[in-house]
Amino acid sequence: MTRPQQPPGLRHSRILGVGAYRPRRLVPNSEIVAAIDSTDEWIQTRSGIKTRRIASDDETVTSMSVAACRTALERAGVSPYDIDCVIVATVSHLLQTPAVATLIAEELGATPAAAFDLSAACAGFCYGMALASDMVRCGTAHNVLVIGVEKLSDITDPTDRGTAFIFADGAGAVVVGPSDTMGISPVVWGSDGSKYDFIRQEVAWDDAFQRDEATWPTLRMEGNPVFRWASFEMAKVAKQALDLAGVGVDELDAFIPHQANMRITDAMARSLKLPPSVVIARDVADQGNTSAASVPLALDRLIEDGQVSSGDRALLIAFGAGLAYASQVVTIP
Amino acid sequence: MATTEEIRSSLAEIVNEVAGIPVSDVQLDKSFTDDLDVDSLSMVEVVVAAEEKFDVKIPDDEVKNLKTVGDAVAFIERASS
Repeated sequence: MTRPQQPPGLRHSRILGVGAYRPRRLVPNSEIVAAIDSTDEWIQTRSGIKTRRIASDDETVTSMSVAACRTALERAGVSPYDIDCVIVATVSHLLQTPAVATLIAEELGATPAAAFDLSAACAGFCYGMALASDMVRCGTAHNVLVIGVEKLSDITDPTDRGTAFIFADGAGAVVVGPSDTMGISPVVWGSDGSKYDFIRQEVAWDDAFQRDEATWPTLRMEGNPVFRWASFEMAKVAKQALDLAGVGVDELDAFIPHQANMRITDAMARSLKLPPSVVIARDVADQGNTSAASVPLALDRLIEDGQVSSGDRALLIAFGAGLAYASQVVTIP
Repeated sequence: MATTEEIRSSLAEIVNEVAGIPVSDVQLDKSFTDDLDVDSLSMVEVVVAAEEKFDVKIPDDEVKNLKTVGDAVAFIERASS
């Protein structure tokens, strides 16, 4: 087994606190089946999704993020003044510039923290974790807020059979800070642009408005090829992350994959040969697929439900459009 | 070189493992979807397991043409010959 390949002499990093915001409105399959000519049973069989949370008008990318961050900061025991950087992973903040991270920092009272948005779709949160961990380790920042937030309902076509039952809304946040021991392992990450079209915004904004009838751009996904890539190629990446962290599957306490689809989670867990002692996050059943928000939301759920305890080790992996992916092992705060 | 029956038998074990279908039900004339109730995602899992087992490549575009167990066995025979 490979040992962590980390430059010597750097301090370590860890998650200090986790917070989440789940939109108020719970939408069962029965509410969406008519528009896609489907059934509750079909959706549950294909995805494991029973309900999803859909944000109302007043639940914005900003407000959901701020709520998740306040909880994360409180649990971390860190004041907003002590945050040096705010990283927001999202693809559904519809104002392209300035970065929503700056507004979130301002609303939290975290100014003048550095603040920027990160576009890596469903992989975004684990990308942000990798950056935050390295910033803390190198001393570029002392405490970093990493937020995964999506309001995918704004860019989902309710009549698209491939995506309408999958995508949902929510926000999750963590505070990353210094540690005496390794609380966030080195990331295994990458992308595969040869599969750029597998999950994508259907049309670019300029093309959308040049059409005779302006079309609101929404997400499209090729389900089966994505399932194949995610279930099998991503299990290999997760295994590499475990190896790099020096953690065997029998030493792992929890597996928290991007909550894309229960079938992908099940297939990955089988490929990884996880022992029954490993708790598997299954937040997708109630929450739907919230892209960048899904990993911190699922992490929060496991902590809230008491399925993991402080000091437990969890394998995170996130993957999606790009196709971009990232995986690391973290210690539960 | 494996015989048709050997390939069918190994494939039946894979289908059993992925979808819980009794091995004896996985016969050449059976349709994955209509007779065996193997849905499209399970079919992807069967294909990936078959690629490893038989050391062949089954591209995404080809998967939709594998309607029956016999189609899959014939493809594997061609691909591994």
